[in-house]
Amino acid sequence: MKTLFDKIWDQHLVEDLGDGVHLLHVDRHLMHELSGQRGQVELKKRGIRIRNPELTIGSMDHVVSTVPGAKGGNFPWADKMIESFRAEGKRTGVKIYDIGEDGQGIVHVVGPELGFTLPGTTLLCGDSHTCTHGALGALAWGIGTSELTHVLATQTIVQQRPKTMRARFEGKPAHAVTAKDLILALIGKIGTAGGVGYAVEYAGEAIRGLEMEGRLTVCNLSIELGAKAGMIAPDEKTFAYLKGRRHAPAGALWEQAVAHWRMLPSDADAKFDKEHVLDCTTLAPQITWGTSPEDVIGVDGRIPGNKPEALAYMGLAEGKPIAGTRVDRVFIGSCTNSRLPDLRAAAGIVRGRKAAKHVKAWVVPGSWRIKQDAEAEGLHEIFLAAGFEWREAGCSMCVGVNGDLVEPQARCVSTSNRNFVGRQGPQARTHLASPATAAAAAIAGEVVDVRSF
Amino acid sequence: MQKFQTLTAVAAPFPQRNVDTDLIIRIERCTGMPKEELGKYAFEMVRFLPGGAENPEFVLNQRRYRGAQILVCGEFFGTGSSREVAVWALASMGIRCVIAPSFGQIFFNNCFQNGLLAIVLPQAAVDALAQEAAAPGAKPFTVDLEAQTINGSVRFDIAPRNRKMLLEGLDEIGLTQAMEPKIAAFQAADRKRRPWIYPS
Repeated sequence: MKTLFDKIWDQHLVEDLGDGVHLLHVDRHLMHELSGQRGQVELKKRGIRIRNPELTIGSMDHVVSTVPGAKGGNFPWADKMIESFRAEGKRTGVKIYDIGEDGQGIVHVVGPELGFTLPGTTLLCGDSHTCTHGALGALAWGIGTSELTHVLATQTIVQQRPKTMRARFEGKPAHAVTAKDLILALIGKIGTAGGVGYAVEYAGEAIRGLEMEGRLTVCNLSIELGAKAGMIAPDEKTFAYLKGRRHAPAGALWEQAVAHWRMLPSDADAKFDKEHVLDCTTLAPQITWGTSPEDVIGVDGRIPGNKPEALAYMGLAEGKPIAGTRVDRVFIGSCTNSRLPDLRAAAGIVRGRKAAKHVKAWVVPGSWRIKQDAEAEGLHEIFLAAGFEWREAGCSMCVGVNGDLVEPQARCVSTSNRNFVGRQGPQARTHLASPATAAAAAIAGEVVDVRSF
Repeated sequence: MQKFQTLTAVAAPFPQRNVDTDLIIRIERCTGMPKEELGKYAFEMVRFLPGGAENPEFVLNQRRYRGAQILVCGEFFGTGSSREVAVWALASMGIRCVIAPSFGQIFFNNCFQNGLLAIVLPQAAVDALAQEAAAPGAKPFTVDLEAQTINGSVRFDIAPRNRKMLLEGLDEIGLTQAMEPKIAAFQAADRKRRPWIYPS
């Protein structure tokens, strides 16, 4: 009778505070050098010690330089922030995965990669894309600085219990229709406020068919649906992915954990407060045209006219096909799409071809480990031969706080998660798409249907 | 935390949908600037023209709305990034209450951590308030948290805990630390149930 969400929530209840507000235990906490550093400072100011430093890990991702060979930030303030985060980690006993170390990378990439993210856990981080971790069957969401400080101080969170929603992705998607396309299509269908007040479980044939990296992409965009959390029931793929990873349980504990995890999926008769169904068989690769992730169409579609302000910002005209729109920048990276299969998919399009002369294309692996693995496969050579830049791991141009920006009015096809006004830089124009679609745009020099490659 | 009981202040209509926290405060301003200085950068991409001059069309630049402490917002205000700096920036420019049909949920929680009252009302009620705020000669609004009313007649719901936190200016960390024995008991039992959670 219980959903995956209900089971995890109930297993973490420390105290019922009344009126649907609960004090929950936090099993796992991730920090990065931007929001985490601020939390460290706040805690220190108040003279509070970290209650369970062994349940938090940190990584450098937001302000680090991604210039090839870089070892710090691009600005003095960034170096200061990195140094402060590092020193405070050392002082408090929180393991920080540092620049140039196996384990460093975007927090939402390295959490799963290190086996720190586990099924059935509550996992929080001062970053809105924390919902990513739900792909392993964790209950994960983003928090602000105050709540982050609360987690460090008490290893708990005070939270209103959300309602439950199930989104079923039915049928098998066509060739070149990826995890990114599936979740963008759902956001297009129910809107960016469609998930407000809900924890969403993604289910159905198309979700079960995805590997872990694709599931991470789906859950990553839960916040763009307005949802509190997004999650996918753990299964054999989840267990196989986690086995042997650095922070994952081993030996007898592994067996005990897996037995527990097998009990987590929603019961067959579990009731959700809301259900959505998406037919995946007819979907085309998706691309956004406006300034909200809900402004999305198939790459073979025409630009709608319902948001004139968005079209003015984007420099687009109503009624024209989106394909053929000239592109200046391509960004392959971010916590949405920077994992090894994403880079392989992009490289598969790029192999033997060259980026259009007017396009500046970047590939930014999600973690130090992914960069090494990709290089071992020779993926970097494919990108470099095509005129792409191959950079160090970090958030980079998804959020631009390290200085990696799109120029004013330049148009970027990006595998990231937000096409907001000014997100990739003042007046920058962002089109969200899958790694394959982004790679194809770099080659063609314009938005193009990757199915024609 | 600053208490919120009753507020009488100018209300500004800001009906744009999906105002994200990137728009409220650019990420470059989230790199350690003191909270009280953030107000001058709030909404900078729409508040100022590319040359740096004020954009006369932006609502908070209009004379009658300067010093507004209440924002009547569009659907899904504060969507996107978790940056609490967005709330600090609003507070720093004097905003104490935001009213909208829905909010980004992280932003919503962040408001209550900083003594800023976020009120959810049905779209029609928000539209009516926005019209009232935009009307010529509009009077200041009065938001009464104790009575849960706006201008004496529009009633709003609020989670009892959030209401109490604001009315009394409570600090959540202090409240939770007082429950330490319960947290310790939870972990002790949980270590037996799920030992793999706790590194030895």
